[in-house]
Amino acid sequence: MAERRKRIPLTWSGKLVAGVVLVGGIILFAIVGPWVTQDPRSSDNPAMLPPEPGHWLGTTSLGYDTLAQLAEGARGSLLVGLIAGFIAIALALLIGVVGGYLRGWTDEFLSLVTGIWLVIPGLPLMIVIASYLEVRSLWVVALILGITGWPGAAVVLRSQARSLRVRDYVSAARVAGERTPRIILVEVLPNLLPLLAAQFLGAVLLAILGEAGLSYLGLGPNGSITWGTMLNEAYTGGALTRGAWWWFVPPGVMIALFGCGLSLINFAIDEVVNPKLRLAPAATKRVRKARRSGRDKLGRQEAAPAAADAPAAPGVDPHDDGDPHDDGDPTEQKEKVDA
Amino acid sequence: MKFYLRRIGFYAVTLWAAISLNFFIPRLLPGDPFTIIMAKLQRAGDISPQVENTIRLMLGAAEDKSIWEQYADYWANLFQGNLGVSVTQFPTPVTELIGDALPWTLGLVGTATVISFVLGIGLGALAGWKRGSWVDGLIPSTTMLQSLPYFWVALIFIFVFSVTLRWFPIIGGYDVFGFNGPEWTWAFVGSVIYHAFLPALTIVISSVGGWLLGMRNMMVSTLSEDYITTAEAKGLRPRRVFTTYAARNAAMPSLAGFGVSLGFVVAGSLVMEQVFTYPGIGKLMITAVRNNDYALMQGTFLVITLAVLAALFLMDVIYGFIDPRTRHHG
Repeated sequence: MAERRKRIPLTWSGKLVAGVVLVGGIILFAIVGPWVTQDPRSSDNPAMLPPEPGHWLGTTSLGYDTLAQLAEGARGSLLVGLIAGFIAIALALLIGVVGGYLRGWTDEFLSLVTGIWLVIPGLPLMIVIASYLEVRSLWVVALILGITGWPGAAVVLRSQARSLRVRDYVSAARVAGERTPRIILVEVLPNLLPLLAAQFLGAVLLAILGEAGLSYLGLGPNGSITWGTMLNEAYTGGALTRGAWWWFVPPGVMIALFGCGLSLINFAIDEVVNPKLRLAPAATKRVRKARRSGRDKLGRQEAAPAAADAPAAPGVDPHDDGDPHDDGDPTEQKEKVDA
Repeated sequence: MKFYLRRIGFYAVTLWAAISLNFFIPRLLPGDPFTIIMAKLQRAGDISPQVENTIRLMLGAAEDKSIWEQYADYWANLFQGNLGVSVTQFPTPVTELIGDALPWTLGLVGTATVISFVLGIGLGALAGWKRGSWVDGLIPSTTMLQSLPYFWVALIFIFVFSVTLRWFPIIGGYDVFGFNGPEWTWAFVGSVIYHAFLPALTIVISSVGGWLLGMRNMMVSTLSEDYITTAEAKGLRPRRVFTTYAARNAAMPSLAGFGVSLGFVVAGSLVMEQVFTYPGIGKLMITAVRNNDYALMQGTFLVITLAVLAALFLMDVIYGFIDPRTRHHG
């Protein structure tokens, strides 16, 4: 069992492979795409062409090549998502981990701020802020998304930091006289990394979705092309009533695929952080396999009692071994969301 | 009791923070919304000094009062239910426009959220129960649903069901040609349900994945607890273990996490309403943004926040009632 445990985080599960392929493919498309497609703002093409060789995704009502727009939009959307994700996760780390580690009044105050920010609906707030800013660069939009997107991650990181601070090795470091910033950076932070990565991916996805919503309402970055602005132009350009599906379907599919890829990677991380998710289905699968092979050998009568007590044995197994990762259990985090 | 007091305290502070945000955002950000809106209002018609004062307080404009005096006046104004007048539909008070739009959104988003929640919890419980089987292979596809932007799903639905197949109407909350206004007849209710079907389906499709996944993962964790093993060892029927032992306990975190998810649903629905031209609060807010109708925009933001807080508070009360642990440790 111990040997098995060590190996699992390194093996590439199907989910991880699919996720990395999806995310990697779209990032590659964003990097390479704009080089190989035509100028996304050249209106020399005939308008509203359906997909055909040369214009693989057709053209818009202004004669822009949709594929070129999609590639340029990928660049814009991913850039906003990444910048906003970084801002959000930096804020979440600062507020969540410092609060969770320090406890006392600092924690009370920081978690109150997190709680308030968490329940104030984000998108309306973004809309209000964005509508007062006449000029919005890509960076400003990313900043708006970043400062509204951190509290969810902060809640998760805080509860994990709280559970890490009472671990023996952290207490040992404190007794050894290490200073607090050092303990947080060297002892606590590395153990938060898987969770941090998952939260970062989540924040990026949230930002991309938020940007799409803002841009769709015409509150996105001025002058940039993103998937959201494409959808906005498609709606206002009458793509729906004119049946130009090649114009509004691809941006949404790209957002969905990218989000799907990020979530799949998150799944894989989740299964490393929370072994129950991985071990329990595997255990029932083993039981079922054993039962089936037992039935083959011993016949029906013998198989029945074996089936009755079989689920019990492996069910105990996965959480009985005092796995240190068990504290990453989502139960605990979700329960603390409201605390 | 202490639990409820704490929660009430929290929501009071949050309410104060939200209203203060509403006060400070227009003052901190660049631009001069007051001048823009006054110019628009003067073009639209005569405005009383009282209305001008209200808008000045909401949007913040240079005057000789200190910011704290303005803040106090702003609160006094709010308590009188005064949110200014709309430019887009001059001279209707903002409160009246919001009052007309709010029931549509509450009905649509409320119903759709409940359907989505029940569906997600049910399917998630089943998926967790069938862990380690072919169902596991279907789970990742729910994340695809989760990452779909609401308004894009709405666009696709309109394109397929309204434009191409002509099964459903493209715009509106009821048949505006058949009825002069909302009325209490069966025909009208039927029309409302017919118009709300696609918007509700959009919300359910886009939000069910989150509930399903969370519930499934909780179910998997719960099923490996000792008391489940004990229940099975006692020889209880699987159905009883599933409902009374596993599903009930696994649903708790989903209920607790309801609040956080509600924010997403509300946010998604706002933009979605615009796509369906649904006469709710989201469309009102977006119309306000499009026309630089700042007073209306601030008002809708305030009401959306209030509605979300009220829903969360209700959930907290229910949750505290269901799960005694929160009352004791809360």
